[in-house]
Amino acid sequence: MISSFAFFGALETGFIFALVALGIFISFRILDFPDLTVDGSFPLGAAVAASTIVAGLNPILATLLACIAGSLAGVITALLNVKLKILHLLASILTMIALYSINLRVMGGPNQALLGVETLLTPLDNLSIPYYIAYPIAFGVLAFVVLGLLVAFLKTELGLAMRATGSNPRMAKANGVNTSLMIILGMAISNALVALAGALFAQSQGSADVTMGVGVIVIGLASVIGGEALLSTRTILLWALACVVGSILYRIVIAFALNGEVLGLQAQDLNLITAVLVTLAIVAPNMKSKLKAART
Amino acid sequence: MGIYNKFAFGAALVAASLTTATMAYATETKHVAITQIVEHPALDSVRQGVQDVLAESGFKAGENLEWEYQSAQGNPTTAAQIAKKFAGNNPDVIVAIATPSAQAMVASARNSNIIFSAVTDPVGAKLVKAWDQPSPKVSGVSDLTPVDKHMGLVKQIVPTAKKLGVIYNPGEANSVSLVDLVKTHAPEHGMEVVEAASPKSADVQTAMRSLVGKVDAVYLPTDNTVISALEGIIKIAEQTDIPVIAADTDSVKRGAIAALGFNYYDVGRQTGGMVVEVLNGKAPGDLAVQGVDKTELYLNPKAAEAMGASIPEALLSQAKEIIE
Repeated sequence: MISSFAFFGALETGFIFALVALGIFISFRILDFPDLTVDGSFPLGAAVAASTIVAGLNPILATLLACIAGSLAGVITALLNVKLKILHLLASILTMIALYSINLRVMGGPNQALLGVETLLTPLDNLSIPYYIAYPIAFGVLAFVVLGLLVAFLKTELGLAMRATGSNPRMAKANGVNTSLMIILGMAISNALVALAGALFAQSQGSADVTMGVGVIVIGLASVIGGEALLSTRTILLWALACVVGSILYRIVIAFALNGEVLGLQAQDLNLITAVLVTLAIVAPNMKSKLKAART
Repeated sequence: MGIYNKFAFGAALVAASLTTATMAYATETKHVAITQIVEHPALDSVRQGVQDVLAESGFKAGENLEWEYQSAQGNPTTAAQIAKKFAGNNPDVIVAIATPSAQAMVASARNSNIIFSAVTDPVGAKLVKAWDQPSPKVSGVSDLTPVDKHMGLVKQIVPTAKKLGVIYNPGEANSVSLVDLVKTHAPEHGMEVVEAASPKSADVQTAMRSLVGKVDAVYLPTDNTVISALEGIIKIAEQTDIPVIAADTDSVKRGAIAALGFNYYDVGRQTGGMVVEVLNGKAPGDLAVQGVDKTELYLNPKAAEAMGASIPEALLSQAKEIIE
């Protein structure tokens, strides 16, 4: 029903958004910090990478710079929360709307084109395998490397302190954990990953656009929750893996939703179909186990 | 022998039907896939314009045309996935409306013919190298304000104009690029540009006063700051007999002498024309990027009289609307 082009495309976008899902996994799940900054840090990463690449910076450095910019955005949200005592949700919204203006400044306009410019992905265009297969492989490798590093980090003493901050801040404090510092650090990592995704997305899509951040939080949350519903969350590794799988599935769902005309649906129904399919994906495993339980 | 004959006959029949089938497909059914970044009245009219021209040229959706439409519903990530879906289907022509959709398409569908539309700055968006130098598989129609034609209009209303005043807010990116275009095209019509900056609506009258005695006519680009204080400019223009020509048609109703606007349905029809050419065998690379072709002239003869100018009969007969 979907072409191999559309399938590999879904994988490519899915692996890029797996980084967003991992970022949101840190803020929402590890730190228990509902963070909407991502709607601003995703285009921030794209804007910084695109503008600096066009200005002649090496694409690797440009992508690193995008991560640093993203982590700064996360730090600002965290500081608004822990130092100025602004409610976490509101703090993240404030950073998000501020980033809209900042992104316009960074790009000097609403759009920065990257088509025909040398990017991180240019070397992949000259391989023996076609670019539409090479891209998802590259992004997949990167997503799993990030996943591995993240899981390893969460098992260190520092990582455990961060997890304690999220699950029981009082207890963590009592055990001598600097919870404010943990929130700042966690938000920096989270938004650095989201900005990295933005930087990669801009390079794969040929442009950074100020509207790119629209709904990133929704996509990321749907990926995390969808993944959790489908896979086990027993260990940190499995949980993080669930986020990556959730992100890929979300993209495959959209690829199918784009073929809605088979069912007599129209282009304007896309978002509705996506919502229905994601709901089904999340509810189906539960229903199955309930049915099983009812039978025995 | 008999069996062999039957077999040969059957094979020939199958072969014949196969070839006719592929031929029929090649000559009759064309596949056009169209996408836009978001549902928006202007972009929807572009799409309608493309579809109408295709139908008039004999490509009817559902009959001999497979017409596929996808909207990204305002989400650039979805635009990227639509681009990949289209790349996989590889239609005869992909039409991408608005900059983000066009960029996603050019990045993903590298083997398909792409005609973009309603992209203001196709060179800045890196879709093509230059207007007259389209990529082998990418060309289209820009909705850039036709400043060149506007300069022609100024010259028709004020044939003696040597110096042209332009009032704009240097803080509006769009205005800055429009004024750059004015500076390129005004000399081609024998006019020198005098700029007057107005960073705030409150400064607009001061800016207009600074032009008095220095210019023979004033041109107002589509600048939000300036247009919001248009009446102040008109008042001074009437007192000092400086003809004011605007870029947007609404300003004519508010007292400017003339404006040359366009509508997005016509941009769509123009795009449809390019799509038909590609369907008929041309490569997008053979078609230069087009600016807005069909414009709508709005005139206000009373305003002209008040500013000491007169509108030539020839122009009056071309007007789409004459404000009384």
